[in-house]
Amino acid sequence: MAVYNLSLNGKKVKVDVEPDMPLLWVIRDFADLKGTKFGCGMALCGACTIHLNGQPTRACQTPVSSVGRNDKITTIEGIADGKMSIIQKAWIEEQVPQCGYCQSGQIMSAAALLKSNPSPSDSDIDAAMSGNLCRCGTYDRIRKAIHRASAEMKVADKGIGQR
Amino acid sequence: MGKIPTSRRDFLKAAGISSLGLAVGISGFTKDASLKKITPAVLRLEINPFIIIDTSGGITLVNPRPDMGQGSTQAVPSLLAEELEVSLDKVLIVQSDGMGKYGSQTSGGSSSVRGLWMPIRKAGAAAREMLTTTAAKRWNVALSECTAADGKIWHKASGRSLSYSELADEASKLEIPKEPKLKDPKDFKIIGKYNKRLDVPERVTGKAVYGIDVDVPGMVYAAIVHSPMIHGKVASIEDTEAKKVKGVLQVIKTERTMPHRTSEAVAVVATNWWAALKGKRALKVNWDNADYAKTVDTASYFAATYEAAKKEGVNFEEKGDFTVKYANAKEKLESHYETPFLAHAPIEPENAVVHVKDDGTVEIWAPVQGPDWAMRDVCGYLKVKPEQVKINVTLLGGAFGRKAYHDFLLEACHISKELKRPVKVIWTREDDITQGPYRPGMLSHMQGFVQDGKIAGFHHHAIGESIVGQVFKGLKEDEADPWLSEEISTANNKYEFAGASKVSWTHVKTDIPVVWWRSVYASNFGWGQECFIDELAHLAQKDPLKARLEILPDERFKKVLDTLAEKANWDEKLPAGSGRGMAVFKSFGSISACCITVSKKDAGVKIDKVVSVIDCGYYVNPDNVKAQTEGNIVMGITAAIKDGITFSNGVCDQTNYHQFNVMRLNEAPPMEIHIIDSGAVPGGVGEPGLPPIAPALGNAIFAATGKRLRKLPFDINNIT
Ligand code: FES
Ligand code: FES
Repeated sequence: MAVYNLSLNGKKVKVDVEPDMPLLWVIRDFADLKGTKFGCGMALCGACTIHLNGQPTRACQTPVSSVGRNDKITTIEGIADGKMSIIQKAWIEEQVPQCGYCQSGQIMSAAALLKSNPSPSDSDIDAAMSGNLCRCGTYDRIRKAIHRASAEMKVADKGIGQR
Repeated sequence: MGKIPTSRRDFLKAAGISSLGLAVGISGFTKDASLKKITPAVLRLEINPFIIIDTSGGITLVNPRPDMGQGSTQAVPSLLAEELEVSLDKVLIVQSDGMGKYGSQTSGGSSSVRGLWMPIRKAGAAAREMLTTTAAKRWNVALSECTAADGKIWHKASGRSLSYSELADEASKLEIPKEPKLKDPKDFKIIGKYNKRLDVPERVTGKAVYGIDVDVPGMVYAAIVHSPMIHGKVASIEDTEAKKVKGVLQVIKTERTMPHRTSEAVAVVATNWWAALKGKRALKVNWDNADYAKTVDTASYFAATYEAAKKEGVNFEEKGDFTVKYANAKEKLESHYETPFLAHAPIEPENAVVHVKDDGTVEIWAPVQGPDWAMRDVCGYLKVKPEQVKINVTLLGGAFGRKAYHDFLLEACHISKELKRPVKVIWTREDDITQGPYRPGMLSHMQGFVQDGKIAGFHHHAIGESIVGQVFKGLKEDEADPWLSEEISTANNKYEFAGASKVSWTHVKTDIPVVWWRSVYASNFGWGQECFIDELAHLAQKDPLKARLEILPDERFKKVLDTLAEKANWDEKLPAGSGRGMAVFKSFGSISACCITVSKKDAGVKIDKVVSVIDCGYYVNPDNVKAQTEGNIVMGITAAIKDGITFSNGVCDQTNYHQFNVMRLNEAPPMEIHIIDSGAVPGGVGEPGLPPIAPALGNAIFAATGKRLRKLPFDINNIT
């Protein structure tokens, strides 16, 4: 076992775990944040998507030992400082989730996309979102929600229609 | 962890209710459900409190249908809120716990609204009537002058109102009306209207609690090594390396109890699940596999189904003498349509937390589709009584039928009993995909003929493993699977063939475990039925949609097909290399039709558009009907063009999503859904959209390329 100091959703977290433990299980079972999900353990489904220094990252494939104390880890719980982000609101407007299990990962991928590309085209969305499986089949709504969030962000940026 | 709440106070506490006002129970979940008033005295006696209007203003509903994404936590309270004249957010929902008093509690067979439509509405209407009567008495005015709205009873003339909480106690002293007056559907404010699901916010913030998220004090974790050939016996365990893994506590032999048989397994128990998983990987188990390399095998299974197709099956139904007429027919066809075994592969894998306690009581936290079935299974397995078991049903991260098969739950029961502490079992994705149970692979042997330019003869010979036979051990040798009636009987599909028709069945058994999968056999047999109708339409030189209309006198089917034709521009000509295909199928009380447009692209085709039409009778939330149908389109196309499950030499060839691919966002075609307001009794919504998808796609590919596909899955990028 080894002690790791992590920066998780802006908070310092200290865990004593095996070096090869994926961040997924550290976050879920040692930092007790259950919003990040396990789906495949092989970087195939995206349910475990988090942000590592702003980059969408599969937590199931990220050993805790590879994360430095200054690396910023953000999970679904930290994405909007407890407030609903524009993206989450768009997800509600479009009534995206069915079972909802994949949606933390979907939203994390979408948030990273919109940050780097505030006006994504359909093919940008395809490229950014195809690593996230949804067995319930909510893809059509995910696409709509991303377009909606993109539009809302522009409105917010212009300072009109503050919500 | 407290006692099992069997007393009234415990129930109320568990439900967060401070005081019992008016409570109405329901017994017998049928159209004739009878209502029972619940007094504090009877609450103690195992009677089912379904609705409680307490004296502090709360309205509680016990929801007997777990939510796996199909929206039952909105649909069920909507029925109540409508009759009770309150807004949806006023109804607090408590998930039922599997106790017999709550009746049937399984989310399956698209049954939530179908089954609860009358009972819950009746209970709500009864409560409304009792509250109104109470208010009228108190004001000393005529009953007809009082109305219910917004959680209050109003007396318009004098502008007075009383809230339900002020009336509940007194109302509870009245007799429950036997036949309360239900609202006229034209006055519905919630049912049939767009309403946002109140459970969505927690599903976008990571706050929703699924089975896999449950932690209880003192809990340990287990990862399981299952038999690679599913039924093998443990010959020996080499656990030296596994036990060296930090965090691993124990390696124990355990068992996986399926409904029809039990197989052996080994559990690695650890202080955290990652350690348990590492231990599992380091563990070596030697298996005694008997003959399973031969009997757990898909190639030989399908070979047996094709063999069976050469012989007569058991007759399920026959109209006219099909055999003779077919033999004499001039224009006839014969085809075989094959569908593969499929895993459900919900993104949340199977998991359960169980604590079998020293005092013989059991507490469970698990994502189960049917708390009542889980209760029955756990009681039978652990030899305990329902009063000793507390089931906390969590949200389900997808299920599609899989989580009504409780092998994973009983495994956790076994391990907890052995360890005498709470344990959380999590299956890996590999366990989920390689262990089953699966949708059975099936063969449809089709024969048909054309007379006077019409499809006039039709024989569907359904061949394969029976869910009824394997899971319930409920099928006699010479009996046709009774579930065919809900799927391909003419009573269900409403086709009227002027010549003759026949449905027959041959049971081909396998040791591969099978179970229902979204829309059950309809997901298999829709492929054969609707592609073959298309073949016969072409034989008759008729447009496939019009050829169906000729043999579908049923008004609802007609309306569905007319709507499909209009919405999908069925008659509009397409450029060469493009084609449209359609299919219609009724399942779980709802009729769904689909039109898919494809165009040639390189060596394959591209899906340009999917239009689905559904007549599900009365529905609660149109947006949820759409969402479920969208899900069915995605799952239906996945089942047609992605991976099936195959077993070679006893072992599953697919292990994770890289070999059992499911559709991804970039592959999802544009889709459009239309709902028909037929005002018929509610049908299902969660499944009926799926069966027409694959055949509509197959028929579209034929229209575009002239290539008739008869075996699922196929590679859409390589249509040869
Ligand atoms: S659990 Fe990490 S990608 Fe599936
Ligand atoms: S909403 Fe269920 S898996 Fe995506």
